[in-house]
Amino acid sequence: MSEKSIISPENLVYEKTGVMTDKVLHYCPGCGHGTAHRILAEAIDELGIQGDTIGVAPVGCSVLAYYYFDVDMQEAAHGRAPAVATGIKRVMPEKYVFTYQGDGDLAAIGTAETIHACNRGENILVVFINNGIYGMTGGQMAPTTLPGMKSSTSPFGRDVSTMGNPLKITELVAQLPGTYFVTRQSVHVPANVRKAKRAIKKALEYQKLNRGTCFVEIVSNCPYGWKMTPVESNKWMEENMFPFYPLGDIKVPEK
Amino acid sequence: MARKGDIVINIERCKGCEVCLSACPHEVLALSKEVNSKGYHYVVKVNSECTGCANCAIVCPDAVITVYREKATSGQ
Repeated sequence: MSEKSIISPENLVYEKTGVMTDKVLHYCPGCGHGTAHRILAEAIDELGIQGDTIGVAPVGCSVLAYYYFDVDMQEAAHGRAPAVATGIKRVMPEKYVFTYQGDGDLAAIGTAETIHACNRGENILVVFINNGIYGMTGGQMAPTTLPGMKSSTSPFGRDVSTMGNPLKITELVAQLPGTYFVTRQSVHVPANVRKAKRAIKKALEYQKLNRGTCFVEIVSNCPYGWKMTPVESNKWMEENMFPFYPLGDIKVPEK
Repeated sequence: MARKGDIVINIERCKGCEVCLSACPHEVLALSKEVNSKGYHYVVKVNSECTGCANCAIVCPDAVITVYREKATSGQ
């Protein structure tokens, strides 16, 4: 069989999902945000809920998320995405509502909104991208920065005696009775991308059950903020981020 | 015999991050010497070992790669 004949519509196994727009992503080369956007869009596509989904965009690197998802989107003030999503879900309970937030948005300025939305058990999906740094503003230290990790505001490494300890917000919200499904995933290798996509798909399906907040953390890289190439940053993430932020389900629904 | 596959790369969207290079089990991909209109070295196919596993497309942050795989024929 010649190679030309392989490229035909009946042999298609993978193409960009229609739930993502054709706009070129503004993210840096190798950034996990692009992959996270894509798997969320694919999950929406596979469940056939494009017309019934409403997303809430955060402030941070992913502030322009509304350009890339071909679903109804709402921009929230910094950190307030879970509060905005609460309002949307309560007015339109039949819709699927998700927020997409980075660690500066969700775990710093928006900690109150995040914890109270999860504690109230709002029936929304929170997608949390954790790269341990404020990427958009120039790689400053975030609450999720690892001990000893260098950033532009902790150039000698994070000293926990003066700068405090990193916040494991995913473990924290898993303690709350309002959360239904809490998991931590990553998107740097094919196997983990597949697992993360399954987790997001499951979380969207759980929204029909009305049982509480679903919280999916994605540990991601920040090649620019960490001053590494994308491939190096993925390796660094495996060696340093995963021991502190172990991957896997933290709270699964009882059978 | 493994099924054969092929990929189509949208070179104008590619940012040359190289994440797909290590994801490919058959070393089908490499960075080009040329750059696209944004100045990024883009990914090109350098051999015909592709099996259409779609690993490259699944890790691509910019959804650059479209994957095709020939249908399994009876007896395989």
